[in-house]
Amino acid sequence: MAASQNYIVGLFNDEDVLMEAVHKVRKSGVKIEEVYSPFPVHGLDEALGYKRSRLPVAAFLFGLLGTTLALTMQIYMLAIDWPMIIGGKDFAAIPDFIPVTFELTVLISAFGMVGCFFVVSNLKPYGKPRIFDLRSTDDMHVMALNLASNPTPADQLRQILKDSGAVEVNDKSFE
Amino acid sequence: MQISAPVREPLVTDGKTIKDVTQDISVRVESKPTPLWMLALAISLALLGIGTYAVFRTLWDGIGMWGNNKTIGWAWDITNFVWWVGIGHAGTLISAVLLLFRQKWRTSINRAAEAMTIFAVICALQFPVLHMGRPWLGAYWALPFPNTFGSLWVNFNSPLLWDVFAISTYFSVSLVFWYIGLIPDFATIRNRATGPIAKAVYGALSLGWDGAAKTWQRYETVSLILAGLATPLVLSVHTIVSFDFATSVIPGWHTTIFPPYFVAGAIFSGFAMVLTLMIITRKVYGLESYITITHIELMNIIIMVTGSIVGVAYITELFVAWYSGVEYEQYAFLNRATGPYWWAYATMMTCNVISPQMFWFKGLRTNIAFTFVLSIVVNIGMWFERFVIIVTSLHRDYIPSSWAMFSPTLYDLGVYMFTFGLFFTLFFLFAKFFPVINMAEVKSVLKSSSATEQIKR
Repeated sequence: MAASQNYIVGLFNDEDVLMEAVHKVRKSGVKIEEVYSPFPVHGLDEALGYKRSRLPVAAFLFGLLGTTLALTMQIYMLAIDWPMIIGGKDFAAIPDFIPVTFELTVLISAFGMVGCFFVVSNLKPYGKPRIFDLRSTDDMHVMALNLASNPTPADQLRQILKDSGAVEVNDKSFE
Repeated sequence: MQISAPVREPLVTDGKTIKDVTQDISVRVESKPTPLWMLALAISLALLGIGTYAVFRTLWDGIGMWGNNKTIGWAWDITNFVWWVGIGHAGTLISAVLLLFRQKWRTSINRAAEAMTIFAVICALQFPVLHMGRPWLGAYWALPFPNTFGSLWVNFNSPLLWDVFAISTYFSVSLVFWYIGLIPDFATIRNRATGPIAKAVYGALSLGWDGAAKTWQRYETVSLILAGLATPLVLSVHTIVSFDFATSVIPGWHTTIFPPYFVAGAIFSGFAMVLTLMIITRKVYGLESYITITHIELMNIIIMVTGSIVGVAYITELFVAWYSGVEYEQYAFLNRATGPYWWAYATMMTCNVISPQMFWFKGLRTNIAFTFVLSIVVNIGMWFERFVIIVTSLHRDYIPSSWAMFSPTLYDLGVYMFTFGLFFTLFFLFAKFFPVINMAEVKSVLKSSSATEQIKR
């Protein structure tokens, strides 16, 4: 039986106020569960103390996989499995294989990275997101504080949010 | 001494707020289709229907239905193919290259431009598929499938096969890039949706997006890396298309200038098509505050620059033909300009070299009616460029006894019409059911680049 989770939700209508608020709230020792924004806010990830994403590493590794697969495939097919002289060139005419190698590198790198992005961010058809406030995809930045992870009393949390510039403070609980 | 840069033109005018952005764009998706939209869709579907008959006859009776002959083996089909692929270059250029260069004006045009790219590539694909004659066997001819012929594999030394890989990669990566950008906007529409169908459809399309800061951080990383991957991809696609010609030994095709010349031409025609569509969309949807005169002017400058590159390439080709001393090469260019197809060459020169130079005048490049007309002129010119390269080079090559002329049949016209119907049907469906402007990205530049904020400072 999962107990219901209770949150205090602060709404901000300006990204600069939000940034200040994130600094203030974290300085006062309150843990922020997550901030939901309708658009990417530059520097918000650093303010929240998030590490850099490792997706570029995934892209690079998938790229390497693409290059290897493409070269292996072409050399196997034209030089090992069924060698043929084409235009008087070597069986394994590497320069001729570069265009296809490049394309497959890009293809596998892009699809691999995007696949990883979908998995780590839990993006899937009919995924059910927890919506703290419908306006978080419209014009409001929503800061969610989990009561379970903060020992501070709820009233004090509300006051901290109000003091740091929230235009609205609400309670929200999920089953 | 202090030098201050002049204030940049605002990207969003008329004091739009973040809420206005959501409202102005989403309402187009939520409202009932207008009679004007229905009429436009009906015309596109009619074109598609008539064109489908030409495609059916091409498949049923074979490509003998076309005007191609033994001398001119590639004609309208490949002309149309290269033309459509060229048009499909602007979208990914706008979303990838301009992202890397941090050109924020791309935010309000990238969504529609990318959609146009994807639809143009779909149209382009029809021609190589149809000109195979028996496309249902195409999988064996074009893809390295294990088969019972040996296994006799596809020829990886051939530029035609490179094309298969280049265009399918370009198409699928552009599609993914476009879709990633759409997810946050689908979530916006999902959260506003009232009807059960809209809730279900946009709920599925938005993949459970919640706009968490961590997800946005990953989203921005993914966009940046995809832009980095797509940038060489954009340049590679038309480069490889030009290899189809450049690696052959036909006079007029066998030139090293082709890759950069084709890429510049592709961006030139792609931006022209973006302008044609955006000028109509902005007018019909009342998006003048988002797609401003500044956007149109900047796109016109790109048309002017790439048009000039194309012009230099034409003149370089003529110079090299003379300077090389190769008589076949010289004849090919003399024949283009003064032979039986001189009118195609003249059209190409007028539309592509002279007309974009008009944009040196600020009055003309900020004039919407003039831009609209010129954007169509440019694409007529670019169609003739491909026609000139393909047909006039083939119709008179080494053996005068094989010289021939090409004239299109009704079925050539019909298949071309089919792709127009397909393109506009897809575009009108997109304009109705998808947000035509990237709301999330416009919101992110609103604070730094809108007119109201600039006045406040």
